[in-house]
Amino acid sequence: MIVTINGAAHEVADGITVAQAVRTLTAATTGVAVAVNDEVVTRSSWETTVLGDSDRVEVLTAVQGG
Amino acid sequence: MDDLIIAGEKFSSRLIMGTGGAPSLEVLDQALAASGTELTTVAMRRLDPAARGSVLDVLRERDIKVLPNTAGCFTAGEAVLTARLAREALGTNWVKLEVIADERTLLPDPIETFDAAERLVAEGFVVLPYIGDDPALARRLEQAGCAAVMPLGAPIGSGLGIRNPHNIELIVEAASVPVILDAGIGTASDAAQAMELGCDAVLLATAVTRAQRPDLMAAAMKAAVVAGRLARQAGRIPRRRYAEASSPMTP
Repeated sequence: MIVTINGAAHEVADGITVAQAVRTLTAATTGVAVAVNDEVVTRSSWETTVLGDSDRVEVLTAVQGG
Repeated sequence: MDDLIIAGEKFSSRLIMGTGGAPSLEVLDQALAASGTELTTVAMRRLDPAARGSVLDVLRERDIKVLPNTAGCFTAGEAVLTARLAREALGTNWVKLEVIADERTLLPDPIETFDAAERLVAEGFVVLPYIGDDPALARRLEQAGCAAVMPLGAPIGSGLGIRNPHNIELIVEAASVPVILDAGIGTASDAAQAMELGCDAVLLATAVTRAQRPDLMAAAMKAAVVAGRLARQAGRIPRRRYAEASSPMTP
């Protein structure tokens, strides 16, 4: 199936979790937040939240700004 | 100088810094140190695996409280999601609410900002909204439960100073939450003026981070905010059309 992670399409195995999707970008688990289809997935749910086909995953962190 | 209190939290510095525009984290770090700030904004963006170093590390090592903003949002919905993500990533329920109307002016959209403020207050956020220099909107946002109001002096990054000091004074007179002059500061006298007008704090970034010498300008801003606050508390003399002798006129 295809999921979009930070705007880029990825072919991934069925059953991939949010935690696995995050690990494609970073090993960090602090200072990072995830939304799937515009809903926040709290860190404690990353391992148990399974992605579906066409899901849009956004992995955000703090950068210089403001 | 007396403490600044926002949502029950005390700050001994009345200079709030942004982190945008600094050429490197090293330059930013030096500027933040020179500014004496205790509260500093960051933006939320997609994680870049190639990025080295983090603004969060700089703030943590300086023991500066992080204030996430919703910069880049054009709608209330985007801003609410960004605030939720910032809370999740940074462990703070404080948010500088910023919903802009267009990219050319970066002026805040009052309708979307108010909508987002109501929703975020209902979700328990400490909301500091960036707004135009509009006394009516400032009052409505305070009534909606915002912890402060942050009127602009001039458009973001413009360095034009405070274009409408009268409106800033009107906002200050009516507000019982802190008024933080946000955006438009170009140099130290602008920051001092904001404080003389009665603002409780000043938020600036570009004026320092894009100055020829950011650390020196940060020190200037720190001094200006203190000077302006003291002048406000001292109570300035009335303006007169003609001279008033300060020496005895008698021989």
